[in-house]
Amino acid sequence: MAKKTPINLRVNLGKLKLKNPVMTASGTFGYGKEYSEFFDINKLGAIVVKGISLKPMKGNPSPRICETPSGMLNAIGLQNPGLKGFMKQQLPFLKTLKTKIIVNILGNSVDDYIELAEAMESVGVDAVELNVSCPNVKKGGIAFGTEPFAFEELITEVRKRVKVPLITKLSPNVTDIKQFAKIAEDSGSDMISLINTITGMSIDIRTRRPRIANITGGLSGPAIKPVAVRMVWECSRTVKIPIIGMGGIISPEDAIEFILAGASAVAVGTGNFINPAATIEIIKGIKSYMSTEGITSVNDLTGAMRCLKDRL
Amino acid sequence: MLSVDSSLDPLLKRPISLHRWLGNGDFQLLYRVVGKGTDILSRRNPGDKLDVIGPLGNGFSVSRKHGEPLLIAGGLGIAPVFGLAETLHSKTPPLLFYGARTAKEVLCIDQLQSLGINPIIATDDGTLGKKGNILNVLNKFITQNPKLKDQYAIYACGPEPMLKAVSTFAVKNNMKAFISLEKHMACGVGTCLGCVVNTTKGHKRVCKEGPVFPVEDIVW
Ligand SMILES: Cc1cc2nc3c(=O)[nH]c(=O)nc-3n(C[C@H](O)[C@H](O)[C@H](O)COP(=O)(O)OP(=O)(O)OC[C@H]3O[C@@H](n4cnc5c(N)ncnc54)[C@H](O)[C@@H]3O)c2cc1C
Ligand SMILES: Cc1cc2nc3c(=O)[nH]c(=O)nc-3n(C[C@H](O)[C@H](O)[C@H](O)COP(=O)(O)O)c2cc1C
Ligand code: FES
Repeated sequence: MAKKTPINLRVNLGKLKLKNPVMTASGTFGYGKEYSEFFDINKLGAIVVKGISLKPMKGNPSPRICETPSGMLNAIGLQNPGLKGFMKQQLPFLKTLKTKIIVNILGNSVDDYIELAEAMESVGVDAVELNVSCPNVKKGGIAFGTEPFAFEELITEVRKRVKVPLITKLSPNVTDIKQFAKIAEDSGSDMISLINTITGMSIDIRTRRPRIANITGGLSGPAIKPVAVRMVWECSRTVKIPIIGMGGIISPEDAIEFILAGASAVAVGTGNFINPAATIEIIKGIKSYMSTEGITSVNDLTGAMRCLKDRL
Repeated sequence: MLSVDSSLDPLLKRPISLHRWLGNGDFQLLYRVVGKGTDILSRRNPGDKLDVIGPLGNGFSVSRKHGEPLLIAGGLGIAPVFGLAETLHSKTPPLLFYGARTAKEVLCIDQLQSLGINPIIATDDGTLGKKGNILNVLNKFITQNPKLKDQYAIYACGPEPMLKAVSTFAVKNNMKAFISLEKHMACGVGTCLGCVVNTTKGHKRVCKEGPVFPVEDIVW
């Protein structure tokens, strides 16, 4: 019998080297502690923690979430303990982990982002993700993520100040996401992650009230997956920097779809709520898909979608 | 948190209280069909497997230093309150005030009586027990026996308006009270921050720091 070649799940996102391509999506995994009670979170490729701002944020009033067909709306309002709170309460635990730590940051000005990025670099986090696309809070980044000039300035200025790998998280709430992907690449972002939630809304027709207090919220979960896969595919044909794909991934098949569309790594968000061990099952599932398909390195799957027409 | 099935709609797990611990890892749930998820659940067959994570959060913890337990259940709030009554009854049967919309929705009465607990009942339509609100019944009871105020601490679960009334009642009568809150939940383990309640110490997660809170902590 032929000797089985070992399956290689390692991916290099520029300087950021992961043991496997599966990470968590910001805001769905807290700061790691909660899910560490369910499984060994060191097995993950990386952990992306809930967004951090300079000052603590209280977030939105409740109800903050509601379920929609195959998805959910959320308007958490970026509740977080702020930079100091993060350093004191969350970082010590994260430091004990044997996986990569990526901190999602958000601010109201370029200076906020610079201060946060520098602080994260100084404590040795593995990468910083710029949340320029969270659609929930009026000032919480929407201008950066959907306005090309502010977007470009932000990435350029943060890039000048830090060496830590930078991930720019793209908002899907734009007409042409490729345009933003290209600006991110040209402004020095090491990679892009997409998609953040799609702005949505739901009304209880009995009470005639919006089903979340903020009225609008971000749609996530399987409902948004086809949109996300399309956007990953479009971006992968536009930029050369690595792409972290997300939006509705709950199974290994979902994750593989994103990789075939052009993602080098994937993140699981709402899927963690449905199954706390989703990420681990996805890692296993990717491995068994690779062995069935006779693929030894997961990198060979990135962008390996077969098109009907070559010109595509 | 419980998945009613493995389909994508409904997507999220549903929060259901532990009704009774039976030992050996066995437990019972008590739920009402109110929507799609609970409807699907009610159609599952004996022997089917369900995906459940739990127990989650803090649950009621009764300390006699606060006084003897006085339990209040509103509607399906009887689910966890019954479990609490069952664990407490071996010492002294707790006082139980139980409000529901109508007689048909009053549950667990035989089991309660077999534990030696005779609940004081009120229904909105008067089909069982006193007619009207259970808080009015409690108010009357305490007014007639003012000494009980110092001897009892309140543990309550039910719809939010009832819990708010319990809170007002407890503050007015200077009684210690703990209430079990309900919020819409997504993760159930403290990561999504979807279920928070406003407290004197900031937003707290009902699924993690709760669902049981001392009334004085809640900012209504
Ligand atoms: C901590 C906690 C413990 C609970 N314990 C029990 C229990 O022991 N037994 C029981 O029958 N129910 C319990 N509930 C309520 C139960 O979770 C909801 O009835 C259930 O999620 C409804 O699901 P559905 O798909 O059938 O309804 P949906 O179709 O989702 O909704 C139907 C109606 O129920 C309301 N609803 C939906 N989710 C909730 C929720 N989480 N809380 C309150 N109302 C909701 C909706 O607003 C809507 O009006 C508990 C809720 C919480 C937060
Ligand atoms: C409850 C919740 C909170 C979120 N918080 C953040 C956040 O703080 N920062 C951020 O960049 N994205 C946040 N997101 C977006 C997710 O990271 C992810 O981009 C999106 O949910 C799509 O992936 P999914 O369908 O797998 O959940 C949040 C999503 C959810 C559901
Ligand atoms: S339900 Fe997610 S934090 Fe409570």
